[in-house]
Amino acid sequence: MAQLKGWKEIPIAGIILEAGNAVEYRTGGWRAFRPVRGEAECIHCFQCWLFCPDSSILVDAENEKMIGFDLDHCKGCGICARVCPVNEKVIRNAGTKLARDDARLCIRIVEEGRVKE
Amino acid sequence: MATKLIPKELAKRPDRLSPGHRLCAGCGASIVVRQMLAAIDAPVVIANATGCLEVATTIYPYTAWRVPWMHNAFENAASTITGIEAAYRSLVRQGKIPEQNVKFIAFGGDGGTYDIGLQALSGAVERGHQFLYVCYNNEAYMNTGIQRSSATPLGAHTTTSPAGEVIPGKQQKRKDLTMIMAAHDIPYVAQAAPSQWRDLMQKTRKAVDCGGAAFMNVLASCNRGWRHATDETVELTQLAVDTCYWPLYEVENGQWRLTYKPKEKLPVEEWLKRQGRFRHLFRPENRHLIDELQAEVDRRWERLLRLCGET
Amino acid sequence: MSRFEALTGDNAVAMAMRQVNPDVVAAYPITPQTETVEFFAEYVADGLVNTEFICVESEHSAMSACVGASAAGARVMTATSSQGLALMWEIVYIAASNRCPIVMSLVNRALSAPINIHCDHSDIMGMRDSGWIVLFSENAQEAYDNIIQAVRIGEHPDVLLPVVVCQDGFVTSHGMERVEVFDDEAVKEFVGTYKPRYPLLDIEHPKTLGALDFYDYYYEHKRQQVQAMENATGVILAVAEEFNRKFNRNYGLFETYCLDDAEVAIVVANSTAGTAKVVVDRLRGEGLKVGLLKPRVFRPFPARELVEALKHLKAIAVMDRSISFGAMNNAGPLFLELVAALALHGVRVPIADYVFGLGGRDILPREIESVYRDLLRVAESGRVERLVTYLSVRE
Repeated sequence: MAQLKGWKEIPIAGIILEAGNAVEYRTGGWRAFRPVRGEAECIHCFQCWLFCPDSSILVDAENEKMIGFDLDHCKGCGICARVCPVNEKVIRNAGTKLARDDARLCIRIVEEGRVKE
Repeated sequence: MATKLIPKELAKRPDRLSPGHRLCAGCGASIVVRQMLAAIDAPVVIANATGCLEVATTIYPYTAWRVPWMHNAFENAASTITGIEAAYRSLVRQGKIPEQNVKFIAFGGDGGTYDIGLQALSGAVERGHQFLYVCYNNEAYMNTGIQRSSATPLGAHTTTSPAGEVIPGKQQKRKDLTMIMAAHDIPYVAQAAPSQWRDLMQKTRKAVDCGGAAFMNVLASCNRGWRHATDETVELTQLAVDTCYWPLYEVENGQWRLTYKPKEKLPVEEWLKRQGRFRHLFRPENRHLIDELQAEVDRRWERLLRLCGET
Repeated sequence: MSRFEALTGDNAVAMAMRQVNPDVVAAYPITPQTETVEFFAEYVADGLVNTEFICVESEHSAMSACVGASAAGARVMTATSSQGLALMWEIVYIAASNRCPIVMSLVNRALSAPINIHCDHSDIMGMRDSGWIVLFSENAQEAYDNIIQAVRIGEHPDVLLPVVVCQDGFVTSHGMERVEVFDDEAVKEFVGTYKPRYPLLDIEHPKTLGALDFYDYYYEHKRQQVQAMENATGVILAVAEEFNRKFNRNYGLFETYCLDDAEVAIVVANSTAGTAKVVVDRLRGEGLKVGLLKPRVFRPFPARELVEALKHLKAIAVMDRSISFGAMNNAGPLFLELVAALALHGVRVPIADYVFGLGGRDILPREIESVYRDLLRVAESGRVERLVTYLSVRE
């Protein structure tokens, strides 16, 4: 956090003039689990983008591609993996319950510290 | 032309809620906010009642909001937004600021809406201001540590309705706030859930374009209070819908319409058993509460079907 | 330039509000302020103002909507009394902290319980630490003049604080008086247009107002409010001077009456000061050196200036129309603050408190005269026999 400012240096009334400056606050450090891309190919349906509570799915909006995770802010809730329709298909095809970090998935949820990348 | 309700199209506009807010991992509230704001093309101004969403998104000197946003107090998000909206109409009418088709939205949790803010909400919609009030409903006072509200379902464990040796959780049924708001006979009232995101977005658009006061009650799971894994938020919301515990419908100018009918109405138990707050109900001596809850869900569902002309 | 009209205090305030022509008014009816809301509603219905008038469902929502509208960038006014103010309480503080220059007419009325609709000052005294600028008015004319000045004071860039203008319930709110009403154009010119510093409706520059402020910054924001209050004194005087130049009536931080050569004086606010002036005239006719000080600005409390005006006296009586229960000697708030001011400046004038008129109990000239006669005895002996007197209460 930046140097604390004196009362003459800040706007009155506790007003914040820098819209969306919360991006400067890294919530990624909260993570116990991390989303990583698995073997199954992404279909760029943007379901993960739609349901991420932390706006932490990185997309190339112009080319309509999901390109990764904003690990500075992702808190590792795992919702992206749960709403992923490719994951659903992989699980259905496997015919059995898969671990969250199964390599065959499209979005895997891996324990922080066990990530090999 | 309104942006098509396709995620790839919606993603082309920057998020109106930035990352870096401090809501819990897997929070349902920010999913609701992101989806709803993504659905609106017009500029928005927001008033936020005291609660998780307010506290966690604006810890000074940080704000996650990329739109004009204001918090006043707990019980007055509705009256605050009507003040802002009245100022807008006045200033535009006098030519002091340009007309920009601004949409005014208030967000409040169930505590700030069902309980302490109900009077202000009732007054605000009766006065006919053009605004949308959104209750992101996680069925308890989560911000202060999971205390019961009038939105908390029968039997649920909260820190002020604990499941004890003698009393098995909350002893009262939840209030039906959506019905209460419909009784105000305002242009638009709806119940929604983020798991049905297109339905939620369509309702959001209708609400902000209805030309008057609108109310939406949106179920938003809190994994801390409901006691489930952080990745189950969307699934559990959908189970509430598929058990008809949380039916999706709208009341548009007095016309009731069911907007989603589950293919198969699941027993409410399917939803209850996935949440720690209901765990004690599965003890033999408490099973009757599950029956009571099922009876309540059935009765309310039947009534809704009649109102929607579905029977 | 102006005309004279027979107006009640409530009507005079409504008249000033019409001429100020605020962007938004949010208010709720409560006796004895209701007339103001009614008159204003007529102006709205007749198209005489551009105001969005919000008929809220409670005073809590009235102040909440005012704060929202003010933050949005509008010029905002409201009016209330007693229980209404009490219900606003939570948001009264927020209005000041959010630096919303709302102008409120407060028609002073006793607080419940028991319920009572008549005048005393318990309502305003409860909000004295809330961060609002507080102005008192002796009569309808002063209420009218103060409302107009309040707009300029609150909106001054060095201040940006809400202002409450008090007058006595029923005594002046419902008393018909001869009031000089200025031309609409002259008032419009005097108040000018409001230029909000951080309007929420500046859509292109999104702002966040009302963030959660922890121990790292809350204190700094409170310190800013102190500065605004400190700045207010000079602004109040500058606005008064401009008002005097334009409308030919002189206002300061307080008014003195036969005070310069007086030996004893009463300090009393609002309508009772008018009654006291009659008593001063009568006693001066007897050759008694009595005087009066009528506070106008209660917040910010002009301690140094008050002490300067009172330090030559041989005895002072404060007349308080409320009690600070449990405070030192169960005295009134005005007394307590003045005692502190005198002590702080090393001025040792014997001083006594006279609580009076609670719940609208009449205050008669002979009772005020008895206070002066007490003071003359104190001046003689140099000793205060009784620090706090509850005037005219039946034993």
